[in-house]
Amino acid sequence: MAHADTMVHKANQIALFFATFPHDEAVEGVANHLRMFWAPRMRREIISYVENGGAGLHELADEAVRRLVPVPDAH
Amino acid sequence: MTLIHEPDLGTPARQSEVLVTVEVDGKMVMVPAGTSVMRAAALAGVGVPKLCATDNLEPFGSCRLCLVEIEGRRGTPASCTTPVEDHMRVTTQTPQLAGLRRGVMELYISDHPLDCLTCAANGDCELQDMAGAVGLREVRYGYEGANHLDALKDETNPYFTFDAAKCIVCSRCVRACEEVQGTFALTIAGRGFDSKVSAGGHSFVDSECVSCGACVQACPTATLTEKSIIDAGQPDHSVVTTCGYCGVGCSFKAEMKGNEVVRMMPFKDGKANHGHSCVKGRFAWGYATHRDRVLSPMIRSKITDPWREVSWDEAISYAASEFKRIQAKYGQDAVGGITSSRCTNEETFLVQKLVRAGFGNNNVDTCARVCHSPTGYGLKTTLGTSAGTQDFDSVEAADVIVVIGANPTDAHPVFASQMKRRLRAGAKLIVVDPRRIDLIKLPHVEADYHLPLRPSTNVAVINAMAHVVVTEDLVDHAYVQERCDPAAFARWAAFVAEERNSPEALEATTGVSAADLRGAARLYATGGNAAIYYGLGVTEHSQGSTMVMGIANLAMATGNIGRPGVGVNPLRGQNNVQGSCDMGSFPHEFSGYRHVSDEGVRTMFEDAWNVGLQSEPGLRIPNMFDAALDGTFKGLYIQGEDIVQSDPNTKHVTAGLGAMECIIVQDLFLTETASYAHVFLPGSSFLEKDGTFTNAERRISRVRKAVPPKAGLADWEITIALSKALGYDMAYSHPSEIMDEIARLTPTFAGVSYDRLEELGSIQWPCNEGAPNGTPIMHEAGFVRGQGLFMVTEYVPTEERTNDRFPLLLTTGRILSQYNVGAQTRRTANVVWHDEDRLEIHPWDAENRGINDGDLVTITSRIGETALRALISERMQPGVVYTTFHHPDSGANVVTTEFADWATDCPEYKVTAVQVNRTGQRSEWQLDYLALREATTQVAGSSTDTR
Repeated sequence: MAHADTMVHKANQIALFFATFPHDEAVEGVANHLRMFWAPRMRREIISYVENGGAGLHELADEAVRRLVPVPDAH
Repeated sequence: MTLIHEPDLGTPARQSEVLVTVEVDGKMVMVPAGTSVMRAAALAGVGVPKLCATDNLEPFGSCRLCLVEIEGRRGTPASCTTPVEDHMRVTTQTPQLAGLRRGVMELYISDHPLDCLTCAANGDCELQDMAGAVGLREVRYGYEGANHLDALKDETNPYFTFDAAKCIVCSRCVRACEEVQGTFALTIAGRGFDSKVSAGGHSFVDSECVSCGACVQACPTATLTEKSIIDAGQPDHSVVTTCGYCGVGCSFKAEMKGNEVVRMMPFKDGKANHGHSCVKGRFAWGYATHRDRVLSPMIRSKITDPWREVSWDEAISYAASEFKRIQAKYGQDAVGGITSSRCTNEETFLVQKLVRAGFGNNNVDTCARVCHSPTGYGLKTTLGTSAGTQDFDSVEAADVIVVIGANPTDAHPVFASQMKRRLRAGAKLIVVDPRRIDLIKLPHVEADYHLPLRPSTNVAVINAMAHVVVTEDLVDHAYVQERCDPAAFARWAAFVAEERNSPEALEATTGVSAADLRGAARLYATGGNAAIYYGLGVTEHSQGSTMVMGIANLAMATGNIGRPGVGVNPLRGQNNVQGSCDMGSFPHEFSGYRHVSDEGVRTMFEDAWNVGLQSEPGLRIPNMFDAALDGTFKGLYIQGEDIVQSDPNTKHVTAGLGAMECIIVQDLFLTETASYAHVFLPGSSFLEKDGTFTNAERRISRVRKAVPPKAGLADWEITIALSKALGYDMAYSHPSEIMDEIARLTPTFAGVSYDRLEELGSIQWPCNEGAPNGTPIMHEAGFVRGQGLFMVTEYVPTEERTNDRFPLLLTTGRILSQYNVGAQTRRTANVVWHDEDRLEIHPWDAENRGINDGDLVTITSRIGETALRALISERMQPGVVYTTFHHPDSGANVVTTEFADWATDCPEYKVTAVQVNRTGQRSEWQLDYLALREATTQVAGSSTDTR
């Protein structure tokens, strides 16, 4: 993704939708959304972003990203 | 092929469980009670002469040609206005009746031009037919008396003429305008001999006429005649096909002479339109033969090079070699494709197959990304399937109609006519829209509630409506208990019942009167069958998917899903939005909305396609632009989609495209996107190919080839050629074989085939073993997902906020005469009604800025600026401005932002904070645009203007 702020913004939007759910359900909701709809490349980028501090990420998004497993692109 | 003549039974069908038996000229016929004698006779095979009667209009009884004798009755009643009775015995021909009819015809013909041989209706004139039918041999009154033969002709409408000299004042046109279209633009002015058809005292083009063509179709003489028929003469054969414009999916007869279309006539047996049409489908098909059509494949190395016309082989070979080169250099995932909702199911299926199987990745997306992707997400989550719940005819059983963020009289006009008919018959109407759309007040239609919300507050409004339903105990508890997930319902009910979601608490946020909102919610919940229809005013928001779920919540809570007259009904924008989504155009799912990670499904596709497939979602359209700017995405195959004009933040889109190394555009014209392309593959219009479209009611209808592809190949053939050149061979000899494959691989399409479509006319999916004839109404026995799932829909304000610098909210929409990016309709005479996009602004906002109607004004957002002429309008609420996006030089999307729906990335077109000021010149972007357009549309060695 070209800009980290765009990525963070998108992840936070997802987190805000799930924020009204019980905590575990919310975290899994965000994680599952990222697994289902974000391409592996985008997931790798946000995983890397969290590994580097994850500045600006909603806490649910942060926690959800930590549940993701990076997947390589096909070559 | 022959010209299809649909029978006209004279008066409309009646529904009744009581059947009566009638004898007509000795023939017995059984018909529903309430049927007219004329219709019963027609069903018995007996034609009664008629002029003022036609079976899509209520009987009128004015022409007196259809007189009959009925045993036991005095006189000669008009068969059109006389209902049948059990054991009635009717005689349609006696010497007395013949004399009466000849007398009537003599009167008509005494005041009618005797120019049959040179008349445009020669061969298709009911007056002429009736003269023959009644045996007219003389006109005893002569032709010298007072007459209307010098009446002036009105030729102002670009598509049809009104020749008053030929009018017999049968009122069919007036009644068609009222009953079929619901516009009431025509009337009979004057009395007695002075009676004449009038477009409200105006010329047709200046009147309220919307050019739907219903009057022209109804006219039994040459009074109202298509100019194309005047020019070309009567057609000699016809092909039934499906309109290529909006998501209503009207059936038409393409009426032809040789390989030339001379008229598009709405098909009475079309289940979506029942013989009605709008100005686009009926008349605006001239783009298919417009001189701007590109008919030769073209290639170029750089977008600043002139295009070079080449053979199909060279173009395909070049495109394939470029994609191979890119994948070899940047990786398998460095290319992708975009399918189009303007193309057929078969074509979109092939493009996504090419991407998944040929390119070897899931980087395929579709234009539904920017319109109804939240519908797919929201309805699948709550109900279990990504589609509307009803057929269009369901509206006829609705008691309360709710229209949210849709403008059906402009964007879905044929369905709007059906809706208006139901409203005139007494259904209640609630409109939720920032603008005063036409539907709010029309002849004999007036909304019971208009909730003029502030743009971006949809979810707050739907939560407030739900608050009223829950706290006033208007919930259909039996329905919810039987059909829905109880825990999810309890959670949702507790959430919406919170005081912060009350209409009063949200009034300041939404701008909607709490009293009106409560009234609307009560009406929806208690007014009988309540149906919600919504459009892009729901989906194109940062909470688009949330709002769709909110709508589904409300419908489930009040028991308004699962039978006729109710439901959740997305009004789809383009003709095949539903179909392109069904066909697996999204990067995360195969046809039938099955995720690519589903191993069983993926294995089935791998076996069928004989290739390994990726299990991870690919890139969405905005992700493709981002990846291009990152340098990881370099090639894009775009079939029939103009993303430069239609997608938000034009500068970002063009920057992304500019960073790619090979863009293949397959389209009819050199679109705005084609300015950034390296390969142009000339596509085929809907008239030039076989296939199917799926409309907003899940109705799969045949598209039939009326003329050969002008550039030589249908779009599906082009995709096959490209795939073969890339090394992945797809062997189909006809689109029916593609549909057969779709049916094999997609459970909801399992029972669909071209043979079944021929047999049934059209089919609404799901069509399979459980529903062999399709499914007009979904979720009848229970929700597709099992239990309906209530979702908590917290209102999250958009980040696009007004402030001192950008104090107005811009929202966008469509107009009746133009379609989407306008590539088609701008190349027709429809420009008479809309030759430029204008900025609608409330008089207060205009006055504060010293803006007069027609002034050129700048519209400035945080990301861009454009200039349009102002249209001062009280449709707008103060603080909100509006424009359309049909003309590329308007640059509407230069100012729209990249804020988007949280779940699907559907852009927030409906909310952009802007400032508006008077100006004396076009914006910098507009000036640059014109220069770039000039530079990127040159064709080497050609003087043809391909723009």
